[in-house]
Amino acid sequence: MTFLNWLGALPGAAALGMIWGVMAIGVYITYKILDIADLTVDGSICTGAAVCAVLVTAGANIWVAMLVALLAGVLCGLVTGFFHTFMGIPAILAGILTQLILWSVNLKIMGKSNIGLLPQSYSPIITNMREDRVQTILTLIIIIACVTAVLYWFFGTEMGASLRATGCNIHMSRAQGINTDLNKIIGLALSNGIVAFSGALLAQFNGNSDINMGRGAIVVGLAAVIIGEAVTARFAKNFAVRLLGVVLGGVIYYFVYQTVVFLGLDTDLLKMLSAIVVAVFLAVPYWKKTYFSGAGKKEEKNNA
Amino acid sequence: MLELKNITKTFFPGTVNEKVALKGIDLVLEDGDFVTIIGGNGAGKSTMLNAISGVWKPDCGQVIIDGEDVTALPEYKRAKYLGRVFQDPMMGTARDMEIEENLALARRRGKRRGLKWRITKAEREEYRRTLADLDLGLEDRMTHKVGLLSGGQRQAVTLLMATINTPKVLLLDEHTAALDPKTAAKVLELTDRIVERDHLTTLMITHNMKDAIAHGNRLIMMHEGRIIIDVRGEEKKKLTVEDLLAMFAKASGSEFTSDRAMLSN
Repeated sequence: MTFLNWLGALPGAAALGMIWGVMAIGVYITYKILDIADLTVDGSICTGAAVCAVLVTAGANIWVAMLVALLAGVLCGLVTGFFHTFMGIPAILAGILTQLILWSVNLKIMGKSNIGLLPQSYSPIITNMREDRVQTILTLIIIIACVTAVLYWFFGTEMGASLRATGCNIHMSRAQGINTDLNKIIGLALSNGIVAFSGALLAQFNGNSDINMGRGAIVVGLAAVIIGEAVTARFAKNFAVRLLGVVLGGVIYYFVYQTVVFLGLDTDLLKMLSAIVVAVFLAVPYWKKTYFSGAGKKEEKNNA
Repeated sequence: MLELKNITKTFFPGTVNEKVALKGIDLVLEDGDFVTIIGGNGAGKSTMLNAISGVWKPDCGQVIIDGEDVTALPEYKRAKYLGRVFQDPMMGTARDMEIEENLALARRRGKRRGLKWRITKAEREEYRRTLADLDLGLEDRMTHKVGLLSGGQRQAVTLLMATINTPKVLLLDEHTAALDPKTAAKVLELTDRIVERDHLTTLMITHNMKDAIAHGNRLIMMHEGRIIIDVRGEEKKKLTVEDLLAMFAKASGSEFTSDRAMLSN
């Protein structure tokens, strides 16, 4: 393993990081905006991949396949939203239940645990082949720009603002006549739609759809969100910039991933390390509050 | 304008924590009534306001606002009739959103929230004028996050949000209790001004007997889930704190016990 090998692997890692960055935008919507840790994503990312793989194998246009994958993800989010609001199940558990449902559903969609997608057998918009690298990265940049633009618009509308309010202060939202249950469902649907869409991208990039591809996806998504926030915190006031920061977080995550692999780390340990890193980063705000705020350092002062 | 009929609520029924919070509350508010509510800890004051705003459904009884029975409506649907300000300054606003965004959210209370832009240019001008009226300098900070404001400023903004659409009933749940005396007085003065200007039917809980007497045209006192004193008009104007304490002792058969109320006399 040489330095040149490592350098040569970076563009691929960047592309992979961007795909996971799209996925992390979905996680951002639930985790940061709605204040819900949604574990549906571990299943819905694979649903997106499965739907896309099955459709293109059957000869469908790749764009149509990706659109249907997105809609399938929306459906996944609706199920979790229904569990959480109508059935009163705590959000985390609702996500886990849907995730488990999706394990079976994904197997049924694919008919087996893995579908190979040879780039030569259809017309993918992105691939993991060296000769397509430039086109793949450009395509991903355009997709990320579009997703960011659409979300920037949506969260700027009346409905989007009420969604943000729901995640920020649910009491105030209800007092202002906002249907908070409906908003949670919309947010979960939107989030999982984006996650499934990223799954469809991932299937093309990996050249297959695999039942295990979503395992631990939430951790990668959270890592990207956290890294992105840490990197852009100083200047990212604008919502669109923050979303792009999340994508950047995904790219950085895969650069680091690639680096530790090249340094010879046992790849079996990667998931554990990712989880530990995320756990520590999630703990930082809590530690700050509990151990590093003296009596005089109140977070908010109530006096006028 | 507002009518409560036999509102009864028991929390945790059938458990050791069972608490009968409201025991058949009957109350009728005329259009433009400004009622102050006073009572000891656990008397049911906030519980009554929560019954009106629909935080939960009462065990029995009816809530009627302007002739419409809203007992079955969920909290968010009733909101179009109500303006609410809470004791906790954090509770009435979305801290991560801008001042003008908060006002725009309140402006759309009771209306459909679609895919139009969340705030219009004309609104922005209107908000600037309304905020300038507060005399807190907020008109120059409209795009600041509400989380950056002090408690008093947040309560003032919440009060604007509660009254921006002229609610049928304004519910104030000890909205000055968390503020320092000077700020509290300022927010109360603002409350009086808005209530008078818009001729609002208002229910205001306070722990300060002097405030309860000085504001509004009617005063009710609650004790153990019941309304035990209801004074209005001329009689209310002549009330003193001593009168109130004597009336309370007579009506309830016990001494008035609220640490805060006693201290703030």
